[in-house]
This record gives sequence, C-alpha cells and structure tokens, in this order.
Amino acid sequence: MILFVLRRIGVMILTALCMTMIVFALTNLRPNLEKIARTEAGSRITDEQVTTWLGERGFLEPMPIRYGQWLGVVPGWTKIQSDGSVTGYCINRTQSAEDAPRYCGVLQGEWGYSRSSRDDVASVLTKRLGATGVLMFWVMIIMIPSALIIGIFAGMREGSRTDRALSTASIAATATPEYVSGVIFIALFASSITGISPILREWGVIDRTLFLASARSAYDSGPTFANFTLPVMTMAIYGMGYIARMTRASMAEVMTSQYIRTARLKGVSFRNIVIKHALRNALIAPFTVIMLQIPWLLTGVVIVESIFNYNGFGFTLVAAASNNDIELLLAMSVVAVFIVLVTQLISDIGYVVLNPRIRIS
Amino acid sequence: MEALSWLEIITRMAAQFTPVWIALAATFTVSIVLKRQLGLYGKLFDSWIGMIGFALVMFWVFSGVFGAFGMIMTHDPLGQISSLRNDPPGVALPNPGDGVYTHYLLGGDLLGRDVFSRMIAGSWTVILIAPCATLFAFMVGITLGLPAGYYSGWLDTLLTFLANLILAFPVILLFYLLVTPEIIQSSLPRVMAGVLFIFPIVFLVILFNSRFYTQPVKRNILLGITVIFGGWIYLGTAWNADPFGVIEFPANLLVVFVSVVFVNAPTVFRIVRGLALDIKTRDYVAAAQTRGEGPWYIMLWEILPNVRGPLIVDFCLRIGYTTILLGTLGFFGLGLSPESPDWGSTIGAGSDRISFFPHPALVPAIALLTLVLGLNLLADGLREESLKD
Repeated sequence: MILFVLRRIGVMILTALCMTMIVFALTNLRPNLEKIARTEAGSRITDEQVTTWLGERGFLEPMPIRYGQWLGVVPGWTKIQSDGSVTGYCINRTQSAEDAPRYCGVLQGEWGYSRSSRDDVASVLTKRLGATGVLMFWVMIIMIPSALIIGIFAGMREGSRTDRALSTASIAATATPEYVSGVIFIALFASSITGISPILREWGVIDRTLFLASARSAYDSGPTFANFTLPVMTMAIYGMGYIARMTRASMAEVMTSQYIRTARLKGVSFRNIVIKHALRNALIAPFTVIMLQIPWLLTGVVIVESIFNYNGFGFTLVAAASNNDIELLLAMSVVAVFIVLVTQLISDIGYVVLNPRIRIS
Repeated sequence: MEALSWLEIITRMAAQFTPVWIALAATFTVSIVLKRQLGLYGKLFDSWIGMIGFALVMFWVFSGVFGAFGMIMTHDPLGQISSLRNDPPGVALPNPGDGVYTHYLLGGDLLGRDVFSRMIAGSWTVILIAPCATLFAFMVGITLGLPAGYYSGWLDTLLTFLANLILAFPVILLFYLLVTPEIIQSSLPRVMAGVLFIFPIVFLVILFNSRFYTQPVKRNILLGITVIFGGWIYLGTAWNADPFGVIEFPANLLVVFVSVVFVNAPTVFRIVRGLALDIKTRDYVAAAQTRGEGPWYIMLWEILPNVRGPLIVDFCLRIGYTTILLGTLGFFGLGLSPESPDWGSTIGAGSDRISFFPHPALVPAIALLTLVLGLNLLADGLREESLKD
C-alpha cells in the first residue's frame, strides 16, 4: 500500500514537471514574449527595443536554463545594466544584489510575480483559491446529496416510472453545459424584464430581481442566498446528472444481486433492504465518480466564474491566460495537476477501503 | 408593418422548417418500415428514448445541411439592420424590399443581425466540425489504444502516461494556450495537425493490409486508393499544400479542430485500451493466435469488431461533448472569428446583456441544449438496445 502511494506520488511529480514544461514552452514562445514586451513597455516600441527589453529581463536565455531557474535548480541570472545597477532573477525591489539568494525557484518556495495582478503569485493564488473553495464547497453540498438521492430513487426500482423520469432528467442535466444553464438561469431568475422576477415584483414579493446575475458581491462581502444561488446551481446541475446516472447504474446492479433477493424472501421490508443492505454497496462506484468529477469541475469553475464575475481561480485563469502571465499560469497548472492527481489517488485508496474485495497488489 | 405575436412566430418558424419536416418524415418512414433489416440502427426504433434522441439530432443535421444550401434561413446571417438592434422576436423590418422576408422571426442581436438565421447558420458549423473532430479523435484513440492494451508493457506505460498528462490539463487552460493569435501564426497547429491527421490514413492502411495481405491485388488497390485520397486530403487539410488547390482549411479553424481532437483522443485511448485488455483474454483471440494470425489482424479484425457496441455509444456521447467543447471555445471567443454564427460565440456575445435582451443568447443556448440532449438520448437508446441481445 505504501509502495503504491509512493509510486503514485512519483508519477505525480513527473506529470507536474512535464506539464509545467509544456506550459513554460508555450507561454515563452517568441511572439508571446514580444506581446509581453509591447504591453509592458508600450505598443509603439521598435523590434530592436523589444529585443533589448527582453534581453535586460533575462527572457532571451535558452529555454531549459530559464525553466531551471523557475524550478530553482539553476542559479538565477544576474546582469549589469547600462546604468551600472545590477539586476537579476532573484533580486527584487527590496533586496540589494548582495543579499539576494543564488537560487529562487519553486523549490525554494518562490512562485514568482504575477504581472496581471501586480502581486506575488503565492498571495494571489491563495486568495483566489480560497474564493473558489467557498464556491466549490457550496456546489458539493448541493450536488452530492441530491445526485445520490436521485440516483438511489431511480435505481431502486429499475424500469419504473420514477426511474424513467429521473433518468431522463439526469440525461438532460448532463446535456446542459454551464454556459447554457447559466444564460438560461439569468434570463429566468435574475433579469428585471424577463422570467419570473417581473411577476414576483408585481405581486410585491421582491424589490428588484429574485437572484443576482453577478456574484461580485459574494467575493467582496461574503456569499448570500441572492448572489450565490445561481452560480452554485449552474455548476451543480451539470455535474449532478453524471453522478446521478452512475449511482443509478450501481444501485440497479446491487438490487439485482443474490443477497438482496435473499433478504426479500426472508421478508425484510423494501425500505430496510434499500437502507441497510443495498446502500453501502451501491455507494462505492459513485464515490470514485465524485472524486474524479472534482478536476472536471475545474473547467466548470472557469466558465461559471466568468459568467457571474466571481473573482476566483477560474476568473484569474482567464485573466492570466489572456495576458500571458507566465509565472501565474505555471503556478496554476501546478495547482491543477495537483488537484487532478490527488483526487485520483484518494479515489483509488477510497475504493480499496470501501470495497474489501479489492486488494492493490 | 405589425410585429408578430408568439403564435404567428411559431407557425412561421414551423413553415420555414418545411424541408426539415419532410426529410425527417421520410427518414422515419423508411427506417421504421425497414427496421428489421437494419441491424442496430433499426433496433433504435424500438425504443422511445432512442427515437426522440434520433429525431432531435436529425432535426439539427437537416437544418444544418439545408441551411448550408441557403434554405430555411430568412436573412443573411451576417447582414446588419441597425434599427433592429436587440429588438424582440417577431419584429418587422422597417422597409423591406421586394422578396425580402418581412420579419426578424427571433429578433435582432446586438448588431441588428437576424437571430433565427444565425442559429441555422451556426448549426452547420457544429454539424460539420463536431462529428469530424470526434471521428479523428476515435482514429487516434483506436490506433494507439489497441496496441497499448494488446501488447501492454513499456508501450502501454508510456502511452498511458502521455494520455494522463493531457487529461491532467484543465481543458480551458489548454485552449487558452493553444488557441491564441500568436500560436495560430506559428507552425504549431500545422505540426499538431500533421501528426494527428496522419492517424486515419495509418489506421486504414493497417486495417486493409492486415486483412488482405494474402490477396496482393485487392490489397494494392485498396491501399492505393487510401494513400492517394487520404494523402490528398491530408496535404490539403494539415499542411494547406493541396497540389490541386481544392481543399483548404483556414488556420483559425484548424487550430480549433486540432485542439478539440487533442483533448478528446486521450479519453478514447483509455476506453479502447481498457476494452482491449478485457477482450484479449477471450478464447477467440487465443484461437486466432493459434491459427498464426498477425497481431494487427487480431487487434483490428478480432478485437475491434467485438467492442463496437460500447464504442458506438461513446461516439454519440462524445459528439455531444465535442459540441460542448466547441461551444466553450466560442463562448470565450477563442479561435473562430467574432463574426462567426456558431452557437458558442453567439452565446458568449449575448451573455453580457442577457438580463436586458435575453433572446440573442437564449436562442443558440436552447439550440445547443437540444442537440446535445438528442445525442445523449440517442446514446442511451443505443446502449439499451445493444444490451438486449
């Protein structure tokens, strides 16, 4: 077991290395660097000035060396500028050239500087990840119980009318990507002209709109029912359908097994069969699915946060990618690969814990 | 002229869709009459869910195809009438000329273009790209997944690691890195297309060669056709170097296509690999090995036909997923031109003002929803029917 975990962690580190290398190579392509120079130093500078600008900031050194600097295994560059001052990869504004450390990469805990947010990558990321964590927490709270309940009710009596209705509903939910349901929800619940808000306003139930179409206030002053319902619902619905279908399939399979039939023949009530005999075995497969769903929610986060203007991880990802914010993007891909592989690991271990029939060899 | 009421809008839209209704009715009549002779496709017509799904999918397929021939659409999807900006559904044109349709059936968008016509024009983009991209992803996934599952060993370890690496990327980050104007100008999309587009040719060559190498004449004819036609399309699409100048693939569309294939292929690879691992222990594979068949014959003519059920079901689901991915790209304004009428871009463009003018974003959103729903229902129907025997 320990060997298995260690091997998985090894694979995780290797994957993270490969992935950051790809992101590094793509963000450091020459045209992308020129774009940075032009946004930072003014769009009218000549090609020669671009080259000098890039050279002074160490962008023109060979890619493997720069990747090593970012990682912290190659000493940071230092240069003596035309005015005699010394600049370098590890020298920031508050340090002098003598005090600066030789290595300052990720291994030393330095994640770099985010140009689009004008702040340290580490502090930007913790703030934004925190905001996304709040969103994800509420999504999970809504999504997992309702998906499991729908799946159990549908799979309890396979082929019944309840099953048909709930299965079709979950298929419809998986067919509704976030940008479609978000748009529909805003038009229905958060528009002062269309949907149900004008009707409710006429009745005197609400003042403006039922829910808010923007979650910006949730980021500034904490989530409320009005500003958080729509983003949470939008994300929960897309993921819910898939988990519900998996739960249904697993439940339906368990309900046809021999020991359930034995229990029925013994005269145990249907209610007790479902709760005491079937549930534990039926929930093994959905557990794995839920774990593997988490990285998938990462894509949903980007869409939902963009639609509802919620300043979290996804919103920052879009901003960083459109500004080619190299160090922020690299840190974000490390976070992403970490989430993906940790959830995979948890799902594998959890599968073994929940299902004693399986042993990892 | 008066604006139309909702009842009139619906009747007029139904009238615009006449060719689609006729084509749908014809397809269903023929299929239901002949359903016993049509195998799995015919069995689809035994299940209500499958039939509804099939009807939804074919509705958009016919709309896209007829739309591409200029039918159904009431106006030019790019033509702007500035006085109709953001106007509600059923609005009348200010002073329509002769032979011009008198109303914007589903209103005007931000620039005063007809929302209805743009929806129809957008369906063609989706119908064209999504199935092709999915097919390419399947070719790549099958060609790599079969040997990985069949041989196992270091090849399997390497390919699985690469697939997991691609799958560990958040899709949107990958899209944002690949689909930028800077990358489109670079040679990267062409190189990726050059690698990914060669797989269908490789697949077909191996497929024919492994089966017909004992009949050299037949094999040579089949291989010749594959290499010449495939190579021609390959040169035209991947390298934009068609010697006859017939086929061309715009660079920004190519990068969208390539990145969608790139994202989908690893998942297909994993499915095929898993299926191959399962099937290779069967007796008929052992029998083929004892007969002395080559490994590629066993993979492509023994294992592949026996996993077609799950693969067909996944193909339908994956077209839906690809449609969603294309929509995501359009929604973030990546790749396709801002003028493009595809659904994702239109939803993205309309989503800023959705609280005030819902129709420009709502119409393509519902269109996309129904198409993906149709594909999912179709997959569900196929799965149910294929499990019956």
